Amino acid sequence: MLAAILTLGILAALIGLLLGYAAIRFRVESDPVVERIDALLPQTQCGQCTYAGCRPYAEAIAAGEADINQCPPGGESTIQALADLLGQDPKPLNPEHGEHQEKTVVVIDEEVCIGCTLCIQACPVDAILGAPKLMHTVITGECTGCNLCIPPCPVECIAIVPVTQSIDTWVWPLPEVRSAGSPAGHPAHSTDR
Amino acid sequence: MDQGSNIYVTPEVDTDRFGHLHRFHGGLVLAGHHELSMVLPISNAGIPPLLVLPLQQHIGETAECLVKPGDHVYKGQLLARARGNVSAPVHASSSGTVVAVEDRPYPHPSGIDNPAIVIETDGRDEAADSGNPMIAYHQMDRSRLLERIRQSGIVGLGGAGFPTEVKLGSSTYHAIDLLVINGVECEPYISCDNLLMQERAGEILEGVRILQHILQPRDCVIAVEDHMPAAEAAMRAAVSATTDSRIEVIRVPAIYPTGGERQLIRVVTGREVPSQGLPADIGIICQNVGTAAAVYRAVIQNRPLISRIVTVTGTGVVQPRNMEVLLGTSFAFAIDACGGYTNDVDRLLMGGPMMGFAVHTDSVPVIKTSNCILAVTRTEMPPPPPALPCIRCGKCTSVCPADLLPQQLYWYARSGNLDAAQDYHLFDCIECGCCAYVCPSHIPLVQYYRHAKEEVWVQEKQKKAADIARRRHAARLERLERIQRERAARHTRKKETLAAAGNDREDPKKAAIQAALERVRRKKELADIAPQNVEGLTPEQERKIREVDARRQKQSSPGEADN
Repeated sequence: MLAAILTLGILAALIGLLLGYAAIRFRVESDPVVERIDALLPQTQCGQCTYAGCRPYAEAIAAGEADINQCPPGGESTIQALADLLGQDPKPLNPEHGEHQEKTVVVIDEEVCIGCTLCIQACPVDAILGAPKLMHTVITGECTGCNLCIPPCPVECIAIVPVTQSIDTWVWPLPEVRSAGSPAGHPAHSTDR
Repeated sequence: MDQGSNIYVTPEVDTDRFGHLHRFHGGLVLAGHHELSMVLPISNAGIPPLLVLPLQQHIGETAECLVKPGDHVYKGQLLARARGNVSAPVHASSSGTVVAVEDRPYPHPSGIDNPAIVIETDGRDEAADSGNPMIAYHQMDRSRLLERIRQSGIVGLGGAGFPTEVKLGSSTYHAIDLLVINGVECEPYISCDNLLMQERAGEILEGVRILQHILQPRDCVIAVEDHMPAAEAAMRAAVSATTDSRIEVIRVPAIYPTGGERQLIRVVTGREVPSQGLPADIGIICQNVGTAAAVYRAVIQNRPLISRIVTVTGTGVVQPRNMEVLLGTSFAFAIDACGGYTNDVDRLLMGGPMMGFAVHTDSVPVIKTSNCILAVTRTEMPPPPPALPCIRCGKCTSVCPADLLPQQLYWYARSGNLDAAQDYHLFDCIECGCCAYVCPSHIPLVQYYRHAKEEVWVQEKQKKAADIARRRHAARLERLERIQRERAARHTRKKETLAAAGNDREDPKKAAIQAALERVRRKKELADIAPQNVEGLTPEQERKIREVDARRQKQSSPGEADN
């Protein structure tokens, strides 16, 4: 009886020490959950979630300070992905932060631009080129559509335009379901792997 | 099983048709309708008044335009050069003047305009100075031939439009055992390859010989369908004329989609191209007969790819036939050359009835991948009846030539479960349309797969863009931090300099006093210096010295004079 208690006690102590050592020795520096949340966010860096960018928002979600439905550019699909990752129930986008819209980009009216550099300072991804008192222009391919450059512009020369569809971005639409009785739900669960 | 005028039987029953050949899973025997367009020989469609040459007529990067409006161009002149590794240049199909470089209607299911070079032809059809024909190609290095094929803008003419030089270039990494020349019409109605073989077997064979020289395969197979006796005879005659025992003509049963690259390789060799892999991975390269003829023209005649054989067919056309059409010719011009539309024409398709798509306007141009212009009537191809629920009959699975589970793919594509769809090998689907054809519920299955595939690509693109944005944002934050750090450092440095200067603040005054003292001291010293060489002077000299001394005395300031 005593021997058994002793054996188990010693074993428990040894394993405890080992685990404790491993926890210190193999400590992961950054929080992997933050990385994984950040990977799901659209990286517009727009700040509509009230945080300074996508990574701060990811950190806030990981810390439990922010909800998963604060990202309008990501929309439903991002909320769904976050819910899957974090094992939460998906919820509708919080309208306080804005509505999900199709991706847009900005263009600078180069005739009007006075070269004040305020938009360059506002752009979170350095997608605006220009120098003081010289014309500025947007690198369309790098623009995330965050619209942060618009408020600082003193001459209102920045316009929001929808991304033009090309045959490279076009997607075959799903066929319209025209039948009277729509197919009976999603039976995949019955045959799922 | 009533599907318009077509009938299908599962080809399981007549395996003896394959003889020593192999069989792929599924497939359909379809009513061919080839004869419709085979009454007349290949004709020339002529030079249209306007040529619209899209910069993208192939798989890969869009070509880079080299001309501007107002330029006069000659037939065969390079208009746009290939950009990147997988790309193809575009040449002028006839002589004329470039009138615009702008977005124009383009044969694509989306109906979105695409950038194109528009040429107003002058009808003179003047050719540009062409380089040297490479008649002695068998003495040439393969890299030179590949370069010529690349410069000639040749892409796979079977319908996919993959740059031929890139495909042939894969033989650099893989030893090629077998070259398969695809003379199998993929779809009903289309007969351009059939007539090409009948009429230009010599050109095809010369192209095959060039391909053999480039690839150095052990064997070469020219596959024709069993309903093309004339083409088969022509090819056999051409082969026997060359006395090359390595080239064999094989007759394969007309089971749709034998014309698909993977299916044809399966039929000919019994081997399967790995999923996500290429035929070159198993030592096989497959080229269309039209591509072989284009290679011949490029190498021997030094003519870039500026025209192709197009089947203009369907009961919506007055006189269906095959024509050699200049690239950039509008569908409308090609149909006019066939007598125009019939009264009851309903829809216009590019490609065959199985894999083709409806074009939005007949002003779209013929491009390198346009093998067929199909104008159909309502009776010939009625609009699909409304889709009914899937009853899980499994017919689609039994006809799938890629051995997939179309039902499962359908459910996953429908519910947007793209990961699961990919687990079920969505990307091995060749979109042949067999599953949708046999579906008793008329579900447009292929459209679901196309949607799912493109959705996957779009999501991948978005992910890539997000990664770039993340990196750029991180780089910006780092830069701002660095600038702040540097500013702070500069600030401290300045402070330090100022502080150091503060310690010596009194110095100038002290130095001034010191300097004044020094001056006085030196003056005193000067006064004490005794003049030298004054012994034995003449009275005249002594008088002069006294005069100078007196003048100096007078010149010095009154203050100093007091000293």
